Amino acid sequence: MSILGTRVLRTEDPRFLTTGGVYTEDVVDDRLAGACHVFFVRSPLAHARINGIDVSATLSAPGVIAAYSGADLADLPAIPPMMSGLINAEMTRRLLAIDKVRYVGEPVAVVVTEHPYQGEDAIELVAIDYDPMPPVLGFELPADAPLLFEAAGTNVAGELGNESSLQPDLFDGCEVVVSRTIVNQRVAPAPMETRAAAAAWSTDGRLTAWIPNQGAQGTRAELAELLGLDQSQVRVITPDVGGAFGAKFGADPEHAVVAWVARRLGRPARWTETRYENLISMTHGRGQQHTITIGGSRDGDVRAYRLQIIQDAGSYPRIGAILPYLTIMMTTGPYDIPRAEAIAKSVVTTTTPVGAYRGAGRPEATAAIERAMDLFAAEIGVDPAQVRRKNLLPAFAQPHRTAFGALYDTGDYVAGLDKALEAAGYAQLRKEQADRRASRDVRQLGIGLSSYVEITGMGDGPESPPTENASVEVHPDGTATILTGTSPHGQGHATAWAMLASDELGIPVEKITLKWGDTDLIPEGGGTGGSRSLQQGGAAVQQASRELLEVARERAAASLEANQADLVFDRTRSAFAVAGDPEASVPLSDLAAAERLVVRTVFSAPGATFPFGTHVAVVEVDTETGKPTLLRMITVDDAGVVLNPLLAEGQRHGGIAQGAAQAFVEEVVYDADGNPLTASFADYPFLSATEVPSFELAEMQTPTTYNPLGVKGIGEAGTIGATPAVQNAVIDAVAHLGVRHIDMPATSRRVWQALREAAALSGSEDT
Amino acid sequence: MIPAPFDYVAAQSPEHALELLAEHGDDAKLLAGGHSLLPMMKLRLATPAVLIDIGRLSELAGITADDGELVIGATTRHADLAAAELARSQAPLLAHAAALVGDPQIRHRGTIGGSLSHADPAADLPMALLALGGRVELTGPDGVRTVSADDFFVGFFETVLRPQEMLTAVRVARKPGVPWGYQKFVRRANDWAIVGVAAVDGRVALANMGSRPLRATAAEQAMADGASAAEAAELAAEGTSPGEDIHADREYRAHLARVLTRRALEHQR
Repeated sequence: MSILGTRVLRTEDPRFLTTGGVYTEDVVDDRLAGACHVFFVRSPLAHARINGIDVSATLSAPGVIAAYSGADLADLPAIPPMMSGLINAEMTRRLLAIDKVRYVGEPVAVVVTEHPYQGEDAIELVAIDYDPMPPVLGFELPADAPLLFEAAGTNVAGELGNESSLQPDLFDGCEVVVSRTIVNQRVAPAPMETRAAAAAWSTDGRLTAWIPNQGAQGTRAELAELLGLDQSQVRVITPDVGGAFGAKFGADPEHAVVAWVARRLGRPARWTETRYENLISMTHGRGQQHTITIGGSRDGDVRAYRLQIIQDAGSYPRIGAILPYLTIMMTTGPYDIPRAEAIAKSVVTTTTPVGAYRGAGRPEATAAIERAMDLFAAEIGVDPAQVRRKNLLPAFAQPHRTAFGALYDTGDYVAGLDKALEAAGYAQLRKEQADRRASRDVRQLGIGLSSYVEITGMGDGPESPPTENASVEVHPDGTATILTGTSPHGQGHATAWAMLASDELGIPVEKITLKWGDTDLIPEGGGTGGSRSLQQGGAAVQQASRELLEVARERAAASLEANQADLVFDRTRSAFAVAGDPEASVPLSDLAAAERLVVRTVFSAPGATFPFGTHVAVVEVDTETGKPTLLRMITVDDAGVVLNPLLAEGQRHGGIAQGAAQAFVEEVVYDADGNPLTASFADYPFLSATEVPSFELAEMQTPTTYNPLGVKGIGEAGTIGATPAVQNAVIDAVAHLGVRHIDMPATSRRVWQALREAAALSGSEDT
Repeated sequence: MIPAPFDYVAAQSPEHALELLAEHGDDAKLLAGGHSLLPMMKLRLATPAVLIDIGRLSELAGITADDGELVIGATTRHADLAAAELARSQAPLLAHAAALVGDPQIRHRGTIGGSLSHADPAADLPMALLALGGRVELTGPDGVRTVSADDFFVGFFETVLRPQEMLTAVRVARKPGVPWGYQKFVRRANDWAIVGVAAVDGRVALANMGSRPLRATAAEQAMADGASAAEAAELAAEGTSPGEDIHADREYRAHLARVLTRRALEHQR
């Protein structure tokens, strides 16, 4: 029986639960002996000119080896914005700010010390003369807002369409049109492990950098670019990584500065940021304003939908600035809407740069259309489940091309909705809600839905098919080693990849070792993100294992003096045997002893896959205090075939909790001067196990044909489906009191305010 | 996130701790559980030159009862207070409050003396002590003085403790079987109260409704005059001056104080 599809326990866990991981800060290595420690001086102002930097006082502080400012690094190239074709090319950045600072937390100088404890004392002695400028905050920037980049001549980083490209007659013929401007708020990725780096240069001028990342090869490419080096001069090693959520792709300026310091001083250098630094200077996520307009018939047929996006890209345009591209691609989600259009604009503000965050562009699209569906349903007085069912795309046998260029591979969205509603006991929930409404219960019940489809495993562009490489080697002692271009940081690749190889090679999972994240060992790879790993990296492992068996079959035939066609592979012994003569056999390990038995392959998929599902959130709202509580979360997340239910469920559970947290509590807040108010975990909240119920996961598997495993990505389903379901549930709980919308996070205070405003509007007594 | 340099001395006895306090005065801070002080030092909001560790002084820990009063040693951990049968039967409100401080890790390190001396207006134990009309024993070079909770808290993280004094014990009247109510409004279980209410025996105390834990005196007076719980609760925010932060503005806090006071009075245990 195949091991695939079974709940194999994570082989990673014994180490993590006993001796613990080895994160970048923990790395002990001869090459790092005698390392100095880098500490960043960060801007305390959101927007200011730098008149002068004086590091002289710090140089005499205990343990200080050196201090540098941007002028010292001026020979390094300015960093262009990502995708400079789409983004204003003048919006460049320096590793350390030179003329201006553009957000609180921007690195301005570094102090290098003998011991890590000396840095925080020493940076207080760096004197920087700032000339403050007005901050630039929000989505709809006033015309006279100061420019972040004078050379750019604008604070608009890029646009996809604009107001003049909108169709004036889009909503003609609609009996009902609802429009609303809503905010998909800025959040912090907040991984358990903050950013870090360790860097050492060898005598041949080559850099070795230990950096927590999501793909060593991409990190090497960016690090080399930041330092003006050829990629061959850089080796990136990935220690254990304590969470990433999209924010650890590539390399940040700080990583490059640490490497630069190591080269300048001729000794290895290390850096680990504090939680405070992490919350103000690791890229943030989301940060979109949506103006949604939806129109249709009174009986619930949606005819037209318009999405207008403003992306707050933060101070320096990074991935966040181009996320609207993905949001637009998923504008209509799982729905069949005859007329739809979307435009987007990215603006720069004096805040932390925005990057990828679990879902990256797709959760925003889902949140917008799912809010629109509920607004439309509320306006016409039809049950939101019914409105969804009526407008979902019917099941399709051939890939479905949307008006926004996405090619949905396989899907049965109505079945996903119905399965979720059935698992939730939807009719009974609506009855309980009606009872509570009738009895004017202080604690009202809300039921929120979110039907989604998302993109996973995208290639670099529509024309480049997604690929990933793997190599598999069987050793003379009967063990095997897999090299992968993916980069696990909690997902369980060591378990899953071993299952795939084990299933082909008949080698037990515990005898298979997975290696990743060393660019000298594995020069190519796409890393882990965008829910790509299993469908491409896993598929590559299976393909490599099968190709290895073909190589082995050839050698076994020679060894056994038999025809290849007469050989059968006996998985129970991991050996080839002559058909009908099991005694005449040779195990893979013997073949490996005679000659190295290793195969490297590249798997190529025809395109991205599109997982889908429906989430149902059940929320109780205390109408006196406004406090919402999550009672139940029922989800269908169809990501095709499931390789290991334990791992897939883990991805769903974590994602749902993270997604619910965005709806309930998480938000990066700046004051009117651009100061971050959420720079510690006392102020930036996330949900813990105490605040969420046990999630109810319904199973549904619609295979894709885009890889032999039939799998799609599962990593981001939770933050795509759960967030709007929870938000819709909170609003639904108080909808009968006149509330139509509450922006996220739907905190107690916001719910209470919404109730008060609704009561004031309806002229009834104050709540 | 790294404290400024400081010296550390482990006190060998309460007397030794007092001697060290006399020697270092304002430059010193007493360290017990450290779960408020150390984070503030890491953020460099507190930069004491000397830490005097009293956390290991077992003579300052423990719960005893004398004639009519429960006496709780200053270094009694929240978890021990929450679990102690004596506290649960004689001052159940206090034991309940101790069980709600932070999370399990904090409750196993944090001490009642530390929490009261820290005087966070949003914290559980200062509010609970105020509701119970408890007293604290402050030991200094001139001996022990006893101060009521009503007089002990004077401002934002500020008490009447003098630089050379140490809070050594807490006294609350034994009130077995007296109904009490406790409402703590939080975003998440381990957060500080956005607003808290403790009510017992005609007294109502509020957390996070001003710069120090406050009595809802107007509500108390109304109850004494025979008002219903709902009527009295409407007055809960009178005379308070709550702050504003990212969690709540003044108006919302005042509203919460009224709702939570009514609940604390109506749902007594």
